Amino acid sequence: MDILNALVLFANFVFVPATAYGAQLALGALGVTLIYGILRFANFAHGELMAFGAMAVILCTWTLQDMGINLGPLPTALLALPVGIFVAAIMALLTDRYVFRFYRLKKSDPIVFSIASVGVMFVMAGLIRVIIGPDDQSFADGARFIITAREFREMTGLREGLAIRQTQVITIVVALLVMALLFWFLQKTRSGKAMRAYSDNEDLALLSGIDPDRVVRIAWIITAVLATIAGTLYGLDKTYKPFIFQQILLPIFASAILGGVGQPVGAILGGFLVAYSEVTLTYAYKKFLAYLGPEGWVPDSLMQFLSTDYKFAVSFIILVAVLLVRPTGIIRGKVI
Amino acid sequence: MNRRGPLYFGVFLLLLLSVGFGQSWNVALGILNLCLISAIMSLGVNIQWGYAGLFNVGVMGFTALGGLAAVLISMPPVKEAWSAGGAGIGLSLLGLLITVLVVVFVRRKTPKVFRFWATLLVILVGMILIRLVYTPAVERIEAINPAFSGYLGGLNLPITLSWVAGGLIAAGAGWLIGRITLGLRADYLAIATLGISEIILAVMKYEEWLTRGVKNVTGLPRPVPYEVDLMASEGFVSLAGGLGAEVDTAASIVVKLCYAALFVFVLATILWLSERALKSPWGRMMRAIRDNRDAASAMGKDVKARHLQVFVLGCAVCGIAGAMLTTLDGQLTPTSYIPMRFTFLIWVMVIIGGSGNNWGAVLGGFVIWFLWIEAEPLGNWFMQTITLFMQDGYWLKDHLIAGAAYTRLILMGAILLLVMRFAPRGLIPER
Repeated sequence: MDILNALVLFANFVFVPATAYGAQLALGALGVTLIYGILRFANFAHGELMAFGAMAVILCTWTLQDMGINLGPLPTALLALPVGIFVAAIMALLTDRYVFRFYRLKKSDPIVFSIASVGVMFVMAGLIRVIIGPDDQSFADGARFIITAREFREMTGLREGLAIRQTQVITIVVALLVMALLFWFLQKTRSGKAMRAYSDNEDLALLSGIDPDRVVRIAWIITAVLATIAGTLYGLDKTYKPFIFQQILLPIFASAILGGVGQPVGAILGGFLVAYSEVTLTYAYKKFLAYLGPEGWVPDSLMQFLSTDYKFAVSFIILVAVLLVRPTGIIRGKVI
Repeated sequence: MNRRGPLYFGVFLLLLLSVGFGQSWNVALGILNLCLISAIMSLGVNIQWGYAGLFNVGVMGFTALGGLAAVLISMPPVKEAWSAGGAGIGLSLLGLLITVLVVVFVRRKTPKVFRFWATLLVILVGMILIRLVYTPAVERIEAINPAFSGYLGGLNLPITLSWVAGGLIAAGAGWLIGRITLGLRADYLAIATLGISEIILAVMKYEEWLTRGVKNVTGLPRPVPYEVDLMASEGFVSLAGGLGAEVDTAASIVVKLCYAALFVFVLATILWLSERALKSPWGRMMRAIRDNRDAASAMGKDVKARHLQVFVLGCAVCGIAGAMLTTLDGQLTPTSYIPMRFTFLIWVMVIIGGSGNNWGAVLGGFVIWFLWIEAEPLGNWFMQTITLFMQDGYWLKDHLIAGAAYTRLILMGAILLLVMRFAPRGLIPER
């Protein structure tokens, strides 16, 4: 029995990476859920919006790097974030003005919005691939690790090391900051209250003199902020490849639905739940159990529930389970 | 079809002929074959969306299942693999079935409080037990001659049978997913189908005992003669010589024509059946449900069951098209399935063609596939033109020309958005 080493191993390979991933999913799901709440449709272009914002950040980061401007140990991308957010917000507002507004005025079915978002997805995907190309792009700089596995081993004298990458800490800190700001905005400011009112009951909100165009504009801007930050953090932490952002759409939707559609708290909860289930179910527990078992005993197999190839299956199974058991999500969301 | 319908088809034919005269007949026939398959896929989506208003974003998965059927039906079985691991795989499937049955039983019999945990326990135990036989069986199968086989192989039947089988397999998958998600709100179906298609693809990529995964299955048998055989036959050579054509070009054109004839036959059958169905009382009922489900339900129509029926039918058609596509390619490459090309592009076809109208869906399939292919030279030309004033070797010029291939995505998106906005009923409207 060696509980300490087992725990460190678990933290290193499951807890820390899953927390960072959960923060990224939560930010993505917040954007999806906001659009669901205010405009009432499933936005299939959200993944591309993330990729688009992150692309702007990357281009700006490269420019800054060429000019020799950096943040020392922190990644330069943080400095470039406002530019990326600005570009993504312009893009989101343009799509709303020239695509979605038309259907909003016509009061079209939510499905029509979703199909229009497929068109937006095509255009954005094409733009991204023309501008930055379909390949992997690296833009992370600054210090790589807060603490490396070796340093941790030397510090504690344990056999297992706990490596914490800087990008993981930045992801979690930035995500928490953004979430706190979002909730402050939604709860305390006039515009935030207007948004919640509009989301809860459109007709009543209109009666109270809330300007629907303004609410929608703010919703898109916030969505662009969230999407850019989520995309950039994902790119910093893992890799930036335009195709990834189409695949990550599924876990993001699963998170939003699991938490309750249109519920910001639910989206965060859903993001972390999906991330933890994905990582815990696809982690091989062989070494972990070997530490917990008697001395010298090692399990024969990898002790893995699902092969990592099926990580997307986890979000899907969660989705199906939610559909069957509680279609409104953990925190009762909207039913469209 | 309205009066403009035949005109559109005529224009399309002219376009194809111009490609034939301008580029080459090989290219034109290649485009035509894929146009035919695309038209079938778009018919499948039209059955779901146009007849019933179901938003299926998992077309890719159902076409991939059709491709899987092509392999399972036509490839010769690998005898060593069967004797090494066939029993293990069979036992695992049996175990899976038993687990599902036990789950259903447990969910019926246990009180509500324990239901979730009991289900979870049964699934966990079932998975661990299945693993015990499944993993070694898979290892044994994949160890047999991994460079050439390493999988179970198929049934060694004619590949055209797989078109039926592909439809059946896709229909089965559609039934499963439809049972779960139909009847809930509309966009749940979309997201759930998006999920199922990713999972089907994951299975096809990573279950090497079944599909060889990323190693691809190549050399599927063909329903039509091979070019080499044609070139070897004296009759063909003299015929080609008589027509004044080069033998190898003539051979590949003949092969493509054979495929085209088969595909036209399938497309015509499905189109005929769809038209019959749409004009029958059943079709009127479906449209009634689509346009006002509450009223239809009040008239005693079982909306959920009808939706399930139409969803399964649409999936089956997509599966048939998928099997045909794999037959045409002669190989199964799971990595080639991407949602843009196999799901969302099909959607563009249906919307452009005119949802709810079968002829429209076919026209949409033709036109959009043609544009998808011809967008590449178009994109190149566009990029060359706008970079004309730049110096050779300037980075922006090279960069833009390298990205020219992706302008087709922008073009497709723009077409979709423009048609939705200015002609929301498509090229050939429903009525």
